[in-house]
Order: sequence, then C-alpha cells, then structure tokens
Amino acid sequence: MTAHDPQATRRPNAPTTTYRYDEFDAAFVRERVAEFREQVRRRLSGALTEEEFRPFRLMNGLYLQLHAYMLRVAIPYGTLIAPQMRRLADIADKWDKGYGHFTTRQNLQYNWPKLVDTPDILEALAEVEMHAIQTSGNCIRNVTADHFAGVARDEIEDPRPTAEYLRQWSSLHPEFSFLPRKFKIAVTGGEHDRAAIMVHDIGLRIVRNEAGEIGYQVVVGGGLGRSPFVGKVVRDFAPRADLLAYIEAVMRVYNRFGRRDNKYKARIKILVHEKGIDEIRAEVEAEFSAIDRTVFAHDPEEFARIAAFFAPPPYEALPAKSPALDAAKLEYPAFANFVDVNVSPHKVDGYAIVTVSLKPIGGVPGDATSDQMRVLADLSERFGFGELRISHEQNVILPHVKQDDLFALWRALDAAGLATANAGLISDIISCPGLDYCSLATARSIPIAQAISKRFSDMSRQRRIGKLGVKISGCINACGHHHIGAIGILGLEKKGQESYQITLGGDPTFSASIGELLGPGVTAEQVPDVIEHLVDFYLSERLENEQFIDTWRRVGHARFKDALRREGEDGADI
Amino acid sequence: MALISDGRFVEDAWRRLADEEALPKSGKVIVSLPRLDHALEIQTSEMTLGAIVPNTAEPSALMSALPRLGLVSIAFPAFADGRGFSLARLLRRAGFAGELRASGRLVADQYPHLVGCGFDTVEIPDDLAERQDESQWRAALAAYSRAYQRGYAARSSVLEARRKALRP
Repeated sequence: MTAHDPQATRRPNAPTTTYRYDEFDAAFVRERVAEFREQVRRRLSGALTEEEFRPFRLMNGLYLQLHAYMLRVAIPYGTLIAPQMRRLADIADKWDKGYGHFTTRQNLQYNWPKLVDTPDILEALAEVEMHAIQTSGNCIRNVTADHFAGVARDEIEDPRPTAEYLRQWSSLHPEFSFLPRKFKIAVTGGEHDRAAIMVHDIGLRIVRNEAGEIGYQVVVGGGLGRSPFVGKVVRDFAPRADLLAYIEAVMRVYNRFGRRDNKYKARIKILVHEKGIDEIRAEVEAEFSAIDRTVFAHDPEEFARIAAFFAPPPYEALPAKSPALDAAKLEYPAFANFVDVNVSPHKVDGYAIVTVSLKPIGGVPGDATSDQMRVLADLSERFGFGELRISHEQNVILPHVKQDDLFALWRALDAAGLATANAGLISDIISCPGLDYCSLATARSIPIAQAISKRFSDMSRQRRIGKLGVKISGCINACGHHHIGAIGILGLEKKGQESYQITLGGDPTFSASIGELLGPGVTAEQVPDVIEHLVDFYLSERLENEQFIDTWRRVGHARFKDALRREGEDGADI
Repeated sequence: MALISDGRFVEDAWRRLADEEALPKSGKVIVSLPRLDHALEIQTSEMTLGAIVPNTAEPSALMSALPRLGLVSIAFPAFADGRGFSLARLLRRAGFAGELRASGRLVADQYPHLVGCGFDTVEIPDDLAERQDESQWRAALAAYSRAYQRGYAARSSVLEARRKALRP
C-alpha cells in the first residue's frame, strides 16, 4: 500500500503490493547483518569454532558446498519488487559469477560467494529490504505461499499477509531457533493448492467456517526427504486470532519431543508418524489451552496493518476480452502457444498472470543471469506494477499484466531468451543443483534435466503431451521434490555409478500422493528413453482431457510397469 | 565453570553438590534431580535448595518442588539441543520465580534466546569462557534493540513500538 511506502512515488508505474519494512523491520535486519559481520570476525579470530559458527551461518543462509560457500537469499512468499530483483542482479555481478539459481522454496541461491564478502552481500540486501535469515538451519525457514497469491480466481484470501505475519513472528525466535531439524511452513488461500502445503512440516490452508469467519486448516507432518509423508490435519479450523498461539503449541511439542538421536528421523513428520496424529493432536491441544493468549490480544490490528500492504494495485477497468490479444494470437502462432501455455486467468477482467519460464530447452532449471533479472525487473515495471513472484516450480511470475500488453511483453521476453512456452509441460522440470554443486548429492540432476528437455525439444509434441510434472533430485534428501512429480527421478550412487530411480504418480496438490517406484534404477543415459516410453504409453492410453497423472491413476501403476518392461525387451536394459 | 549474569562474569553464590557429597546444614546448594526429594525432606531453614534437571524433565514432575526451590539449572547436553529453551518457558509458566540457569557449552550468540525464554544466568565451562569473554556476552545481549515475539522477555517489542508509532 502506497501510504506506507515513502518511495512509491519515485518508482514509475510501481505502487507496491507487497510488504514494506517500517523503521523497526529495517533496524532488525541491519542489526542482523551487524551481528553476522561480528560472527564472521569471531569465527576468523577463533572465538567461535567452526562447529559453533555453523548454526549461525546457516541461519543466515550460508552453506558450505562442494566447491564453495552457497548463500541462499530469502524471497518471502516468493514476492519481490523490481528494485529488489535489480539488486539481486547487481549482487550476482559483484560477488558471484553473474547468475543466480531460483529454488523450490521460492528463494535465490548464489553458488560462489566468499565467506568474507557475505556480510557485505547481506548489507546490500538489507538496503532493499531483503535478507537471508533462516533460509537454512534447524529453525523455522522462510515461509512460502501460493505464487498466484492475490491474483488467482479461486482464492478465499491472499495467503501472503499470513506468511508475512509468520515471517516476523518466526524471525530469531528465542525458543524455536535450535529445533531438532529444519521446519518449513507453507500457506495457501486457494481452492487449488499451488504451494504444496500437504508436504510441509506445517501446511496452512485458509478456510471459512460455517459462520463465514476466516481461519486456518492446519496440516502437520508432511515432508519429502528420505521418508516422504503426506501431512495430516491436526486442526480443522484455527481462528485467525489463535494462529500464533496454535503454531507455538505445535512448535513447542515438536521442540520437546521431536527426535534428536538421528538427524534423518528428526523432522516432525517422523514424530507424527511414530506417535500417530491423534496423540500429537492431544499434546498440541493441551499445550494450546495452557498458553496465555492475552499476549496476542493486539494481533488482529497487527494482522490488518500487514494485510493493508497487499492491497490490489490500481487496476484499470477493462473488458474481459482483449481484441488486440486475439488478433496477435491469430497473426503469430508462437505467441498463441505462449499465451495458451504460460498465461493464466487473472481475477480482474482484462488482466492476465504470466509465467516466465526459467527452463529453456537444454538449460539449467531455475538459473537466471543478471541481465535476465534486470530485463524481468524492467518488464515488471513496464507491464506489471513492478511486482514479480518466484514459484516453487522455479519460474518467475508477472502477476498483473494487461491482456492488451501481452504481445509486447512476449516480444521483449523473446528478445531476452525468456519466452520458452513450456510452463507446466514436460520440460518445465524441477531440479535440485545435484552433484554439480551440492555436497550431499549422490548423482547429477541438472544434466538429466537438460537431456530430458532436449529429448522433448519439439514444442508441439510437448503441448500434445500436456501438463506433466517431472521432478529430479540428486539424492534422497529430495530437494528436487521427486516424490511429488507425476514423474519423479531420484539420482543415487550404486557401486560408484550413478543410478536413477523413477517414480510415478506423485502429486503436490490437496490430492497429494507420493510417487510409486517403477523398478530398478537405470543409468543416466537411459533416463530420457524411459521417460519417452512412459509418455508414449500414456499418450496411447489417455482419454480426452486426461493429464498424465489422471491416466496413471485410472489404468494403474502395474500397466505402466508392464509397458516399460515390454519396451525394455526391444533394447535398453531397463 | 564460569557464570554469566546480566552480561557479566560473576561469582557463583551456589555450590553444585556432587552426588556422593553429604548435604551441608546451610548455604545455597544445587542437587541432582534423583536426590531432590530426599534433600527437600531434610532441608533446614538455613539451607536454600536448587536442582539441576535434564532438558527432558517433565514440568509436572517438578511442580510440587518448584515453590521450595531457589534455583533450577537446566542442562544443555549440546549447545544446539534446544529443548532447554522450551522447558524454561514451561517452568516460568508454572510460576517458578527463582533463578533459572542454563548449564552447558552454550555460546554467547545464544544469550538473547536464553534471556528471552526466562533464564537469569548461564553456566559455561572455563575453556569456552576463555574464548568468549564478557564483552562477547554483553555484545550479544545488545545486538537487537527489539524482538518480534510476544510473551518472551526482551529489551523491547517491535509490536509495542509499532503501536506507539502509529498512535502517539
């Protein structure tokens, strides 16, 4: 909301529709940078050992990776404004190698920063109201939300005020900064789940009760990693006034009883699995009823203050249909394909939501160069009130584009190599960095994504195949979300060789399901063949309007396995 | 062992009693949890009792003893094991008004967290105190002018400051 934003008038066509820091937020982030600068100094002086320094650098987003440090910058609920995107580009140029990697948690990673530079990077971020706080470590991580928040047609309420409210509450929490393991919260306000809330430690779904009041359905214990679980509903309706108290209750139960003897069994999903949701619910409810809720008495005002920042931008009154758009589509088939695939309906007539794919054919999923970041920042100001989103699918969203402007936008995107019309298609692959960067990885991910993308480089074939989520992880930690890909690929190491397990039927939405294993692992070279056979079988079996996941559910896993076995006899050893 | 209170290294007025050591007739002594019931039974009016408890202690099991204790020391088996923070909150919620102490290899950077959860003092091994001197503990306490959370001890609250700024 512009009333809170002294800089609004200085940005052309850019009234912000996201949270802006007040003096207290700004002071907090400045203090955090100063503290980290001091922590780095004390690490170098020996006052802090590496073991002691570790949780503090992690809570500032700094990982030690295979080749170098990696800095993960928070993009709360995936929303950022043009000056912030430009600053990300500048940092990539000054302190990294001219690019960044957008992640499945709507964050941005720099892969080559130096330890001694990180306080300066954090300071550069703080100047544009950004930080790297709690993007890593055993604490409450950056809260994610639906990337179509505020513009989706199926929305009960914009989830971002809730996410911001939780961001502030969780920042440097005195009690919950040394948890058994990391803790991820996602919020969605839509009838469709675009934030994968069922596979988070806590998933919040904004709902209305019979009285029409807004509240939250609270899901706990979802997660991917080596033991994937779909979350379970712990509370059907938590009124907004009780949200913090209720989450505090969940966190306290987890902090006290979550396992600490084995880091692979330390997530809340294991606690929920071992104790059962009923016992967890009883513990949480008992704790919740013991909490003094008077300390939260002023929270409704605070929530309203935060929500005001997310007021809609000043849309023009436009007709629902744009003749200019229709004419351009007729004249330019490539543009028509882009609109059909990458453009989603907007809740306001005459506007559209544009997904800018960071998955060029054969490219590295989620990577953007500093030049591309600047182009996106400029285009967001020219065409979309200066606002951008990062999706957990690792793409960039321009959430408020006039339909009349779509053609001009497409041309500008095309000129910058950003007009790949594959949003949601088979080459819109989610992939972790894998063995090319990550010290945990057991196999490469990016080259697999590139090979699949190239195999299906024919865009008309991709459109014929339709929506199909391919997700690749380079180890069982599952950062590439392979468990919830309609086709999931997991890279392992078997006897010194990379081996890829393939799963089918994963689903990240409210109808969440974990993919089922297809069979023994295959080599890196075989992966594109296997995917192609599976896709061909789906195309031969599908009924009208069925997506891959629908066909798989209808005809069953066994028949996909059989189909692959038959294909395997023809040559490949699958 | 070094003891930190209000950002300073201070003399410890309490004595930690080894399990084989007999209870003195007077003074401030800290006993382990298994000895606590017996110590409470034979407690004299010149003696003040404290207890050191594991971070897995159930607050309900301590409830009857709490009003008679001058100190509860919560053991942190590792600095990154955060259970003690929640236990401290629960003991304060149960009305414990005596000295709450955190004991373990805690680092200065955790000081605001400890104070926020209701701890008064921190007891650390000498080798740690040598590396992390008083100035580092004091700096940690002063690192943040305000905290976002409600209901935790902090120098000042963001929410309160905001409300004042909006409605002077």
